Amino acid sequence: MKRSFTFEFDFLRWTRQAAMLSVALIVLSIALVATRGLNFGLDFTGGFLIEVGYEQPVDLDNLRDALASGGFEEAQVQNFGSATEVLVRLAPPEEEGTADISSNVLDALATAGGDPEMKRVEFVGPQIGDELRDQGGLAVIYALAGILVYVWLRFEWKFAAGSIFALAHDVCLVIGACALFQVDFDLSVLAAVLAVIGYSLNDTIVVFDRIRENFRKRGTGDTKEVMNLSINQTLTRTLITSGTTLLALFALFFFGGEVLRAFSFALIIGVFVGTYSSIYVASGSALLMGLKREDLLQVEKEGVNPDATP
Amino acid sequence: MNRYPLWKNLLTLGVVLAAIVLALPNIFGNVPAVMVSPRAGDATTLLLDQSLDVVRAAGIDGVEGKLVAGRAQLRFSDLDTQTLARDALSEAFGNRAVIAPTLVSSSPDWLTLTDPMYLGLDLRGGVHFLMQVDMDAAIDKAYATLEQDLRVLLRDERIRFRSISLDQGEVTVVLRDAAERDSAVAEIRRQHPLTELSLSDSADTFSLGYSEFALEEERTLALEKNISTLRNRVNQLGVAEPVIQRQGADRIVVQLPGVQDTTQAKVVLGATATLEYRLVYGDAADWLAAEESGRVPASSRLYTQRDTGGPILLNRRVIVSGDEIKSASSGIDSHSGSPAVFVNLDGTGANRMQRVTAENIGEPMAVVYKESNYDRIVAEDGTVSHEARVEEEVINVATIQDVLSHRFQTTGLASDEARHLSLLISAGSLSAPVYIIEERTVGPSLGKENIARGFTACVVGLLLVMGFMLWYYRFFGLLANLALMVNIVMVVAVLSLIQATLTLPGIAGVVLTVGMAVDANVLIFERIREELNRGTAVQQAIHAGYDRAVGTIADANITTLIAALVLFAFGTGAIQGFAVTLSIGIATSMFTAIIGTRALVNLRYGGRRLKTISI
Repeated sequence: MKRSFTFEFDFLRWTRQAAMLSVALIVLSIALVATRGLNFGLDFTGGFLIEVGYEQPVDLDNLRDALASGGFEEAQVQNFGSATEVLVRLAPPEEEGTADISSNVLDALATAGGDPEMKRVEFVGPQIGDELRDQGGLAVIYALAGILVYVWLRFEWKFAAGSIFALAHDVCLVIGACALFQVDFDLSVLAAVLAVIGYSLNDTIVVFDRIRENFRKRGTGDTKEVMNLSINQTLTRTLITSGTTLLALFALFFFGGEVLRAFSFALIIGVFVGTYSSIYVASGSALLMGLKREDLLQVEKEGVNPDATP
Repeated sequence: MNRYPLWKNLLTLGVVLAAIVLALPNIFGNVPAVMVSPRAGDATTLLLDQSLDVVRAAGIDGVEGKLVAGRAQLRFSDLDTQTLARDALSEAFGNRAVIAPTLVSSSPDWLTLTDPMYLGLDLRGGVHFLMQVDMDAAIDKAYATLEQDLRVLLRDERIRFRSISLDQGEVTVVLRDAAERDSAVAEIRRQHPLTELSLSDSADTFSLGYSEFALEEERTLALEKNISTLRNRVNQLGVAEPVIQRQGADRIVVQLPGVQDTTQAKVVLGATATLEYRLVYGDAADWLAAEESGRVPASSRLYTQRDTGGPILLNRRVIVSGDEIKSASSGIDSHSGSPAVFVNLDGTGANRMQRVTAENIGEPMAVVYKESNYDRIVAEDGTVSHEARVEEEVINVATIQDVLSHRFQTTGLASDEARHLSLLISAGSLSAPVYIIEERTVGPSLGKENIARGFTACVVGLLLVMGFMLWYYRFFGLLANLALMVNIVMVVAVLSLIQATLTLPGIAGVVLTVGMAVDANVLIFERIREELNRGTAVQQAIHAGYDRAVGTIADANITTLIAALVLFAFGTGAIQGFAVTLSIGIATSMFTAIIGTRALVNLRYGGRRLKTISI
């Protein structure tokens, strides 16, 4: 039995509409980040984070009172994942020399009873927060630049530009989704954004590769037709790979625990967005920029295919 | 068609077997152990037996001991007994042997090619500190030393000076006349080549500063000195497998696996405690009068006593200061049974102690516990300044019974204080203050939960993906699944081989690789299906499928690797762990998905006449 599917969708008929949709989504993402803002995590804001576990669910107000009487009126107290896990956050202190703050918080919590168990203490000084933010921004830019150069060398500048558009689009949308759902945006989410760049590009490259191959193989056919054919030929693969990756990511989302939830959420959004963008944004923008057969045939002079000579 | 030559099959098999052997120690895991090594020479079976006796006497059962590379190795069932045993052994052997807790692989001896993967702090629990070395303070100290050196130099050379002052990174020296200045300048140029001299307009004055190169040297020196001091202190804490590393120009990373009591760790890492010995001035009436009136006699200073909180006057002149204490150890005073610090003085300290105690037998002498901290104050305009805060307390006043020399004991401290103090004194002092600017502590239960969650996510993800592949690609799906499992084994093997740190994000990287690694097989299998649909013969279809997909796979994976490399370069700690496993996973998946499955396909279908295949 063969379960092979052949698709003949005219994807690129909708290039303009898709471009408008993408622009609208990007604008929406930027607007979300501008209005709601990103819920930056401890890594970027600096401050204290103390996670404690209890045997029984605890009343958060009791804990707030205990913390207030311990001198931590400003502490934010919330449940983390379950009713027996509690997260306490504190803004970074004015002066350094803060060695005892986390122990003092734990002592204050202990006065409320319930025998809290220290699970995690994180302290990030203000200057580290700023540095991590700068480095994170730089990392995204360097990743995009490195990929631009590779695709340019390996394919052609319109492809390179197209894939960078697609990646910038993905990064925008993932960050927009984080703003929409107020995801705790920490270093691991940033790592997820970079992984999305890698993943989405993976998809894009597979489509580009097929486009190049089809241009070489066929002497005729206009650009749009060849691109459409290539997208259709790779569609099963695109869907299956996105599917298996999503299976793994959902496993991570549901079983990986609270710490990895934001990370896997960003990746899940990224896989959806990345699959869409490799079809419409990457190929679409290459098409809109006027990609022609000749563009691709000039690149690899050594691989001359007799059929493909114009 | 589609046959691998024998060598290629064997090579593939060999690589897979090697990966299994390298990954296997992870199944056995690590056990806590304590290494006992004598101060000189190799450990003997006698030492091993003694160690075992000590441990058993401490009520610890289930200990295994053997000699490994000149050291006696004792293995324990859990971390608690390891700690108990460490303390018992340290007490029993004292200075005769070095007692070091560690983790050792519990694999059988024939399988010790690799150690199990190194687990990150988020998986095993422990503390991570990023410490900032206060370089301004280090430079200030260097200038203070320079000023001191100049005084000595001028005195030694018999050059008379009006004044020497230190201000804003410059030592200004005023001499009597131009001739004296010339000889002073010549001498300084000779003895301090790394300084920059500037002559002022008035003929008798010059100023001296460090060159940029010298300042850089001072900073490097301060950093290295601090690293070695911190390493000594951590070793004294008895932490297994600590990491103390330089990060950037002025930072130090300290990782203490398994440490839960962060307060103690912080105190020990950042503290600068020491002892000082002084003679007591006057009697109780004088002390009270001085405290009430606020008028302290010129040759004395007012202190607070620790046990009573009352005032006490001590002689301004120090008999022995902390700098003259060569080493110290803690123990129990044999007379009173209270905790004590045994102090060893250097030559000059011992001479002075001997002279002063000989002259003052019957007089009281006080011990001052001195702890200096630096407060880092950030003003509203963002400027940073430092304020030294020295806390001094008199911990002990005793009548001098005998002449003391280079070795004696001091009581009056709590037992953990005595231990801290002796630890700090023997580990050396920090050459510049350090501040904790980042801390990440993970409790042991969270570490275990993280491992369990990561493992569950991995298994569930793997099962889902494998189930799908089997349903969709039948026999070829089975091959892809085999490749996937081998891929995970290879990731574990490479991680064990290079002893990279496995973190929770690292496990996420493995899970993500599981999802992405099948991509190579999907690309190949889809190609084969396409060829079959087109009517290509089975063998040609297989051949073409593999052949054509390889270029695409390489291109697609290299770009993902670029992103992973950038992550590695810019990320820290846990994030780097993600980048590492993702990169390794991608690299090994190229082998398993292309070469591995091809070998299996060839074995099953190669060289036969076939109408259909199960794809």
